[in-house]
Parts: sequence; structure tokens; C-alpha cells
Amino acid sequence: MRKLALKCLAILFTLSALAAAQDLASFEKRVTVKTLDNGLTVVICERPEAPVFSFFTHVDAGSTQDPLGKTGLAHMFEHMAFKGTDKIGTKNYPAEKVALEKVETAYAAYIEERDKTIGRDDAKLKNLEKAWQDAVKEANQYVDSGKFNGAEGVNAFTNYDETAYHYSLPENRLELWAYMESERFLHPVMREFYKERNVVIEERRMRTDSDPFGRLLEQFYTAAFQAHEYHRPTVGWMSDLNSFSATDAKNFFDKYYIPSNMVIGIVGDVKAGDAIPVIEKYFGRLPTREKPDERTTTEPPQRSERRVILQDVSQPIYLEGYHRPDTHNADDAVYDAIADLMSNGRTSRLYRALVRDKKIASDAAGFTSQPGTKFPHLFSFIAVPLPGHKVDEIEAAVHVEIERLKNEDVSDAELQMVKTRAKADLIRQLDSNQGLAYQLGYYQLRYGDWRELFRSVDRIDKVSKADIRRVANQTFQPSNRTVGVIENVMPAGKRGGEQ
Amino acid sequence: MKRILIAILSLLLLCGSLVSASAQATDWQQIKIPALAPFEPKQPKRIQLPNGMVIFLQEDKELPLIDGVARIRGGSRDEPLAKTGLTDIYAEVWRTGGTKSQTGDQLDDYLESRAAKVETDNDADSTTISLSCLKGDFDDVLKVFADLLREPEFREDKIDLAQREAFDSISRRNDEVSEIAGRESLKLAYGSQNPYARVAEYATIGAVTRQDLLDWHHARVQPNNIILGLVGDFDATAMEAKLRQVLGSWPKGPEVKKTDITFQPAKPGYYLVNKADVNQSTIRMVELGIMRNNPDYYAVTVFNEALSGSFASRLVRDIRTARGLAYAVGGGIGSAFDHPGMVRLVVGTKSGSTVEAIQALYEDIDGLAKNPISDDEIQRAKDSILNSFVFNFDTPDKVLREQMAYEFYSYPADFLQRYRAGIEKVTKADVARVAAKYLHRDQLAVLVIGNTAEFDKPLNSLGTVTNVDITIPPPPGQEKGIEAKVK
Repeated sequence: MRKLALKCLAILFTLSALAAAQDLASFEKRVTVKTLDNGLTVVICERPEAPVFSFFTHVDAGSTQDPLGKTGLAHMFEHMAFKGTDKIGTKNYPAEKVALEKVETAYAAYIEERDKTIGRDDAKLKNLEKAWQDAVKEANQYVDSGKFNGAEGVNAFTNYDETAYHYSLPENRLELWAYMESERFLHPVMREFYKERNVVIEERRMRTDSDPFGRLLEQFYTAAFQAHEYHRPTVGWMSDLNSFSATDAKNFFDKYYIPSNMVIGIVGDVKAGDAIPVIEKYFGRLPTREKPDERTTTEPPQRSERRVILQDVSQPIYLEGYHRPDTHNADDAVYDAIADLMSNGRTSRLYRALVRDKKIASDAAGFTSQPGTKFPHLFSFIAVPLPGHKVDEIEAAVHVEIERLKNEDVSDAELQMVKTRAKADLIRQLDSNQGLAYQLGYYQLRYGDWRELFRSVDRIDKVSKADIRRVANQTFQPSNRTVGVIENVMPAGKRGGEQ
Repeated sequence: MKRILIAILSLLLLCGSLVSASAQATDWQQIKIPALAPFEPKQPKRIQLPNGMVIFLQEDKELPLIDGVARIRGGSRDEPLAKTGLTDIYAEVWRTGGTKSQTGDQLDDYLESRAAKVETDNDADSTTISLSCLKGDFDDVLKVFADLLREPEFREDKIDLAQREAFDSISRRNDEVSEIAGRESLKLAYGSQNPYARVAEYATIGAVTRQDLLDWHHARVQPNNIILGLVGDFDATAMEAKLRQVLGSWPKGPEVKKTDITFQPAKPGYYLVNKADVNQSTIRMVELGIMRNNPDYYAVTVFNEALSGSFASRLVRDIRTARGLAYAVGGGIGSAFDHPGMVRLVVGTKSGSTVEAIQALYEDIDGLAKNPISDDEIQRAKDSILNSFVFNFDTPDKVLREQMAYEFYSYPADFLQRYRAGIEKVTKADVARVAAKYLHRDQLAVLVIGNTAEFDKPLNSLGTVTNVDITIPPPPGQEKGIEAKVK
């Protein structure tokens, strides 16, 4: 079987290499990059298959930039970017502006009293809270919520590294989009902030507090990163969510939402020659501001294994992660190759070992790029034990596969499979406006050149057997490991082993 | 190449915003929106082989890829009750169990070395087998595809593996609140024994044999029971000739009879699942919805958009934006092609505002009669639906899938064109009428999954509460040993 596979691979290899090269050449003709005078960069890819286009606005500010004591602020601002501007969503902006300033003054007074450790006056606190809530009500009368037009809707997400806004539209709405998207980064208004903060708190309850895997993951990253900002959850800690203000969110915006921190990817039925003047007209209005100091603390080398054991009513899960360098590291492609080799499909090593042969797990995978990629992050393994199989068995089986990587060369067929898949997967990514808008913008932002999307595949093609052994030995060491486990226990009141 | 993420991880790490919205401005209306250039999406070529198989071919030469799927009539709703989950096992082992000439593992190597996929799957009313490959590998991959259609082997070792995985899923089905909510609300809306709602147990999965899988396959996977669609970089004429050669000699088989299913109205009341490890209540209000060929479908679509389709919609505005009670809120009158969909209103709120959120939903339902969806709201909803209409057919793949669905459910091929015309005609009176006709405050089954100790008020302050027992029945013969694990 393996012989047959090799023979077929040789044929395939020439075919897909050719295909990928053609793709880059064809993209060179269709992609235009323009950096406006204020520093904002646009990458446009013409793909006139249907009268639609997609965009992705990447803002190079994520939860890593959250100030100390104000975790969740980047994500909070993302929510606020949907609240309108000084022209959109208001009945009377001058009056609303004054009312919103009053809210901030009242909130600051309330928080100051609330957080006093000595001499807090509960009666005064109650009055201050009421004054704040009254100010909120007063400001709310200017909100023109019923007039929002859903047709130009936008989606967004925040992660550790960036905040991104995206949507797809019919091609005749390019100018309308340029107006809307620039306007909200020109004049965002922090209206209904404290209600929206409650919405975000519900989001935290849903994704983290009330979800067993969410609970595990938060504890796992907190343990794995002790110095670098990746140890803080993107959604924010509950006490920070209950404390930060609209003023904080606006300050975050002023500091990080600067044109030189933004790359917009646009893909679809758009002609660069027509679109660039429109984009300049609207996005050119964003004021240039100085780049903020974005230094972060470098995670020091880990000196001993860390373990997070969650005793939970849900079923067991095994997770382990190893520190690895950031995405600009020369070995980035080697990590991608290892992830593919270990995890991709039924031929992957972890599937074959843990699921098919040992029959101890229902699923197992190795993956990289978490919690982010911009800074040194983790290469992790996850496995889901079958009923009746203990987490220890799973851990041992994962380590057997890791030791194989460290001590034995991968086979020619396996390595070739990884490279073939990388090329084919690249081609598969090229057929979606939205996916391409994300990718071209991402690579332009992170590497300063959208062509890195194609070059990243070339780099996987150059990965050798020795590279895999070297990187595995460098990375997968016990002292560099953080383990996160859900251990199933009886519901509360019936726990045996608990202290 | 940052693509290898596990779905659950990416879900957790991205903090997304709810769909849509933005705004209307004083000066945005001055921006010209030119007419959208006329766009006639290319329709796939429809072929019917003498053996009854229907084939759709959709050329798309942008990239050197070919993708395809065959949809076969018959799915989990047709399983015997005592073997619930049979099609889950079938759909896994159909592919992993290999063909007469090659084991599933050999197929894995053969396909993965070409970065190709052939996969099988199942749904309530059908099973599918799909392929995806670089065009140069199509002949190799088609051979695997055809062998799996004609001569699957369902090897025992893979049945064992699939059963273990199914047992694992059963053991984990109460871990995630969303999974409990989906499962239990379906039972409430359709009836717990309804084939769309019933769930596999250790006993019913354990009862599935290799013979069951072979019997299922031979009874259903017959050319006259298959709709095949291909899209990609090929010449339709040459592809037709190739498919006639590979699949044309397959003789016609017996017709498949559709199982008759009765849908009972939901039993109104409150249904409670107490879960001590959460700080947010998941609330679902459900009853039976409509079929998509109902003439009211268009008015229902506009109603749903106005109710929860955007930030400006009623539920999102009232419950999320104005009251800050929820991140996730929404719902509407659901529809399906050949059976009633589900009316479903959803909200997730902190334990301490559980009853408040239920009452807030009621206020919005009552508000529909007192303060009907206005002309403004209807216009916004219609604009939103019609402005995004082009996204129903902006890729050749979507056009193909639409046509395959209409063929499968015997809907008219121009259903989408009728849809646009239907939406345009919807009036305020239509929307008010369908809201009253299909959404009934007093007939909803209200499911609450939450930490009762933290509720703002006891749920029975609203009405009669039925406790829903979600304890997982242990495997036959292990009634004692596994109890500790399944709660």
C-alpha cells in the first residue's frame, strides 16, 4: 500500500506544485496593495465571479493590549463599534454628548466609593449608584436605536492578537460600506456602554463559566503563561468587566485604532482602479496618530511542568501544551508540518495510535497557533478518552507518539503527504471571497506582504525529516509542558477525593 | 497556514459579536447605490440516467478542483426505534469499513496521499457520500467513490470502533448546556419518540449489527434513489459521458418508502433541568413550526427578520441592547422542506435573571399583538432580505446545492425566484396574521436549563414545572457500575 501511495505521490507532486505556482502568478495580476498617506493599508483582490464582495478590517490590537486591571477591553470596544457614531444612532448628538459625559463622571464617583477598602459608606454608595443609573437613563433618551439599518450589517471578532470586522455585500454598496466602516472608526460613540458590558458578561458566562471546556481552557492558558499577556482571557476577568468604563474603552480606541495599525482586505467584484479613490476619500479621513508602545513581557523559559486539574461533573479531557516561538520564527513551517502529521485525518499519527489501534480515545490532535501567533505561544495536544479509559493512559500514549517524533525520522510517504496537503489546502482556500479577504489581510498585517500566504506553503515544502526531529526535541520537553485535565467527579455533595 | 485549529478551540477563543447591524445616518443616504448589474447565475446541467439516478453538473473552472456529493433518500427518521443511531454507525462505517477490494485504512492512505477526500455522512432524511480532489486525481477518486456506492464492506473492526465513539458521545451528551438544550427542546416540540427527536442510547447503538448496515445499504443505495451533484473544473459533456460509463450500468433497485411521521403539538408548560455547574440559564420556548411550501413562508421570513434578524430587531433591541439581559437572544417561526420546523425563542441569561428574561420574552410576544410589527420594521426586514438575496447564489456550488435540494424535496426549480417575488409582496397585515397564527404564548413549551439555587424567583412562580430527567440510561448489564459516571 505504501509503495502505491509513493508512486502516486510522485505524479501528484508535479501537478500541484504547478497549480500553486499558477495561483501566485494569477494573484499577482489581480491583487493591488495601497497604503494611504495616513498609514492604513488596503489589499484588493479582483474576483469578479459574482456581483458581491467581502471585506475584512484587521486592527492590530487584541486582548494582549488590554491594560492591567482592565482585561476584556479590546473585546468590549469591538462590541461598542456597533453602537453608531455622532451621526448614526442619535437623536441629538450635542445633547447626548453632554449626557454621556455626565454618565462617566457619575460612574467614576460610584466606582471610587465602591472600591474603597477603608471607610466605604454604603448609604453614599447607594446614592452614587442611583446617580449613575439616572445619568444612564438621561443619556438613553437620545439613542435612536429603531433606525438602524440591518442591511449593511457587519460581523466581528476579537482574539489575543487582533480585532477584525468583516462582512459580505453586493458590489453596488462599496461606497456605502466605505462610508460606514470609516465613520465608525472616525467618530465612535460609547453609547449604552454599561448595558453592553452586561451583554459581554453574559458572553463570558456562556463561553467560559458555564462551559466545562471553556473553564479548562482558561485555567490552562493562565497556567501556561505567567508573565506574557496571553495569560489573560480575551473576554476579560469578571471583576474587570464589572469595573472598566466607557472612558477606558474610548482611550483604548484612541491609542490602538490608528490607521497604521489597520489593514483591510477586500475580495470580490471590485476594480482596484475604481475602489481605491473611494477608499481614500473615506478612510483617508482617519487621523494619523503616533504608534503606541506595544512592548509586552516576554514569557521566560518554563523551568518545571505545570498541571491544572479540574474536578468537574463533565467527562474527562486531556490537554497539554509546550511553549514555542512566535510565527515569524524560521521553524514556523516545521510546527505546521508536525501539527498536520499528528492530526490531519485518519492517516494522522494520533488518530492511528490512540483511536484506531489502542482504542482509548474518540479523538486526538496536535495543534499550534494558540492562544495567539503574534507572540511566542503553545503547541498543544488534545485527546478525548473513551469511557473507561483513564487520562493517565491517554497521556502516556500521547507521549509515546511525541517520543517517536523526537527519536525516529518520519517516513518519506508521511512527509510527502503533509506537503501535498499543504498545497491542496491552499488551493481550496482560494475559492471564498471572505476567506481570501481574511487571509490576504492577515498576511499583509502580520508579515507586511500578502504573498506570505503562498510562501508559507513553500516553506512547508522545504521541511525536512531532520527539521521535525530537531524541533520536536527542542520543544517537547517535560519542563516546558503545561497539562490541563478535566477529571470527572460525582456532582457536588458526592465527591470522594475532595479535600 | 494557520488553519489547523480544533473547532471548539476557535469557538472559544474568538469572542464574536452577534450578527449584523450598523446604521442609518444623516449623510449616508446621500451616497449613491447604483443598480446591481444583472446577474444570472449559471445553472447546473440536469441529467437523468435510464436507471433513475439524477445528476447535476456544474462547471466552475476557477480552480483545479472537483467536488461532489451524492444524496441518498432515507435517514435517521427511518431507523427502527430499537436501533436508534443505526445511521450514525452506518454513515461512519460506510467509509471507514472500506470496499470489497480495499480496507478503510487503505482508502485513507490512497486518498490522503492525493490530498483527496471521500466521506460519508447522515441526516434525518438522507445519507450522503462526498468527494473532493484536485482535478488530476478525479478518475482515481471517482473509482473509490463508485466502489463505496456499489460494494462497501462494513468490516467488523470499524463497526466496533464506531460503536465505541458513539458510546463516548452518549456519555458526554450532558456536558455542554447547548447540547442538552438542542436535544431536549426538540423532544418538547416534536414529542420524545418522534423520529426527528429521539436519541441513541447505549442499548440501541449496541444492538446495531453488520447485517443491519448491509441491509440498510442495499435497500436504499440504489441509482433511482440517488441525486448526484458535481462542481468544479471539468467539461460537462465529457463528465456526463464518464459518469454514464461508470454508473449507467447499475441496475435500478426497489423504491424507498417514506416513513409516515405524525407531529403532536407541544405540551405547554415549564420544563426544568437543574445544572449546578453553570451561572447562566439557557431558555428555549418551542412549539411546532411550518413547512417551507406553506404560502405563509414569505410572511414568516419577514416576520423572523423583524423579530430577531438584526440589532434593530425587536428581541435583540429589547432584551440584549436595552436591558443587557443576554448575549444570545433570538428565534422565530422555523420551517423545513418536508416536515414542520420548530417555533423557537432562545435566550441565555445569568441565573439571577432567569424569570425576568422569560417575562421579557413574553412581553415581546404580547407586544406583537398590542404593537404590531410596523411598516418601518417590515421595510427594513424586507430590505435586509432582498439586499442579501444575491448571496443565495453567488457561487456555483451554492447554485448546485439549491438545485439538488429542490430535486430532493420535489420543490420547483425556480423556488428562489418565487421566493424573491413572495418576499416583495408581504404586507403588514400578512406579518401580523402569521405572527398570531404560528406563535402562541400559551402553547409554548418552555425549557430552562440552569442553576436553580441562583434563580431570581422559583420557576413555579410562573406555572407548573416538570423536572426533566436527563440521566443517561446505563448500558445493558452495567446498571450499577456506570451510574457514577453518567450524570
